[in-house]
Amino acid sequence: MQAGENNRLPDPGPAAYPSGQASGQGLTVVPLRHPWRWVGAAVIAYVLLLIADLLITNPRWQWPTVWEYLFSGPVLMGVLATITLTILAEVVGISFGILLAIMRLSPNPLLSWSSAMFTWTFRGIPPLVMILFIYFFSALVPVLSIGIPFGPSLEVVRTNTVITQTFAAVIGLGLAQAAYVAEIVRSGILSVSQGQTSAALALGMTPLKTMRHVVFPQAMRVIVPPLGNEVISMVKATSLVSVIAYMELLTTVQVIYARTFEQIPMLMVAVIWYGVLTTVLTLVQSWIEKRLNKSAKNSPGVRR
Amino acid sequence: MSGHVASGVPMVRAEGVVKRFGAQEVLKGIDLVVAPGEVVCLIGPSGSGKSTLLRCINHLEHIDGGALSVDGELVGYRQQGRFLYELKPAEVCRRRREIGMVFQHFELFPHLTALENIMMAPQIVLGRKVQDVRDEATALLDRVGLRERAGFYPSQLSGGQQQRVAIARALAMKPKLMLFDEPTSALDPELVGEVLNVMRDLAAGGMTMVVVTHEMGFARDVADRVVFMDQGRMVEEGPPNEIFARPKTERARSFLDRLVG
Repeated sequence: MQAGENNRLPDPGPAAYPSGQASGQGLTVVPLRHPWRWVGAAVIAYVLLLIADLLITNPRWQWPTVWEYLFSGPVLMGVLATITLTILAEVVGISFGILLAIMRLSPNPLLSWSSAMFTWTFRGIPPLVMILFIYFFSALVPVLSIGIPFGPSLEVVRTNTVITQTFAAVIGLGLAQAAYVAEIVRSGILSVSQGQTSAALALGMTPLKTMRHVVFPQAMRVIVPPLGNEVISMVKATSLVSVIAYMELLTTVQVIYARTFEQIPMLMVAVIWYGVLTTVLTLVQSWIEKRLNKSAKNSPGVRR
Repeated sequence: MSGHVASGVPMVRAEGVVKRFGAQEVLKGIDLVVAPGEVVCLIGPSGSGKSTLLRCINHLEHIDGGALSVDGELVGYRQQGRFLYELKPAEVCRRRREIGMVFQHFELFPHLTALENIMMAPQIVLGRKVQDVRDEATALLDRVGLRERAGFYPSQLSGGQQQRVAIARALAMKPKLMLFDEPTSALDPELVGEVLNVMRDLAAGGMTMVVVTHEMGFARDVADRVVFMDQGRMVEEGPPNEIFARPKTERARSFLDRLVG
C-alpha cells in the first residue's frame, strides 16, 4: 500500500518473523470469515420476501378500503378520543404517581405503607380487569355517600351517575399507571445523592424548593426514559377500554367492521394510526432526553 | 433576639452536645465556643464525629442532647421557659441562610452552570432580582479566580475548580459563619493548594470559619485554634503551635505522629 509508506515501522530484523520470512513485505491480512452471518441474512431476506409477497399479492388486505377509511370522520374522531384518553389517563397517572412516590419516601410510616400497598394492589390487577371492575362498581356500591365512616352521610349520589364510561376508562387506566409511575419517580428521586439535598438545605432552601429546584431536575434524567415507555404503552393500552364500548380508535373500527365485515382492512387502519402515534411520541421522547442530557454528561450528583 | 454587640456573643456555642445514630453515640457531650472572626480547625481520626458536629451546627442533623447556638440563636429550636420547641422547616431554613457550608464532594448542582450554581440560592431563597444577583455572582467567581468558567457545567471543571465554585456559592448568601467539611479530601494532591488559598483569603478577610480538615499545614498557618476530636469527644484544644509541637494527650500525639508519617 502506498499510503502506509510513510508511517511504516523500522524493520525489526529477521528475528521478528518466526515464519522464516525476511520481512513484513508481501504478507496479506485475511479477515475472519463469518459464515453464520450469511445464513442469518439469508433467512431474514426470505422472511422479508414472504411478508412482501403477503402484503402485495393478497387482495384480501383490501388496501383501497384501508385508504378509504384511514382519514374518514369516525376514524379521526376515534384517533382523537385515543389521544384524549391517553392524555387524561397520564395526567391522573403521573400526578398521582408523583404523590405516591413522595408518600412512599415520607418518614411517616402510615403514608409510606399506604403508598406501598397501593402500588402492590394496582400492579397486581390487570388494567383490563380494573376497568371492568370500576365500570361495574355500582353493582357493589349502588349509592355513593360522603360522610363519617360508620356514621351519618352528608351527601348521597347514585353511583351510576358518577361512573360513566369515560370515568371508568380514565380512572382504570390512570390508577394502574400511577402505580408504575410511583416506582419510576421513586427510583429517580433516590438516584439523586443525599449530598445534593444537604447542599441545597445548607443554602437555606426549604425542603419543597430543594425538591423542585435541585432533586427533581436531576431525577428527570432517570425518570424520562422509562416514563416515555409508559406513555407509549398507554397509547396502546387505551384500546382495552373497547370492552366497555368507549369510542376510541379500536372501538370505532370494531363498530365499522361489525357493519361492513371488513375486519382486516379496518384493523390495518387502527394499526397504522397506533404506529403514527407511537412514532410521534418516540420522537418527542428522544428530543426531551437530548435536552436533559445537554447540561451534565457524567454529573457528580447522580453518579454515587 | 439579635441586636447584640458582636464581640460579646460567641458565633458558635455548643454545650454538652450529644448525637446518636441509632444505638451508637457519635457525639458524647461536646463543649465548644467559637468567637466571631475566629478560625477553628477540627482534626482527628475518621469516625471521631468531626463532620457530624459540623452538620449539627447548621441543623442538617438534629442533636439528641445538650444545646447548640449560632450567633446567640438556638439551632433548630425555640426556647420558651424550660421547653425547647422544634422549629418548623421554614424557620430552620431561615437560620441556615446565615451559615455557609462547603462539602467534601463539592455537591455543585450538575444541571446548572458555575454561575447559575452561585446565583441559585440568592434568587430562590431570597427572591432577589436576577441582574443584581448576576453581578454579585460574577464578582464572586472573580474572587475565586474562575471568572472565565462562568458558563461551564460542573462536569467540565476540575475538582479544585468545582470546590472553589462551591465556596463562592456559599458566599453568595453572605454568611456570617462558614463550615468546611473536609474541603480538600476528595481532591488530587496538586489541586489542594488552589482551594486552600481561597480559604486563606477568606480567613484573612475576617470570616468566622469552622474547618474539618486533614491538612495540617493549613491548620498550622491559618487556624486560631485547633480542636482534636476522638471517639465523639473533644480530647484536646489549643493554639496550633502548641497542639502540633507539644500535644498533651497520648491520643493526639499518636494521631499526629501517624499523620506526619
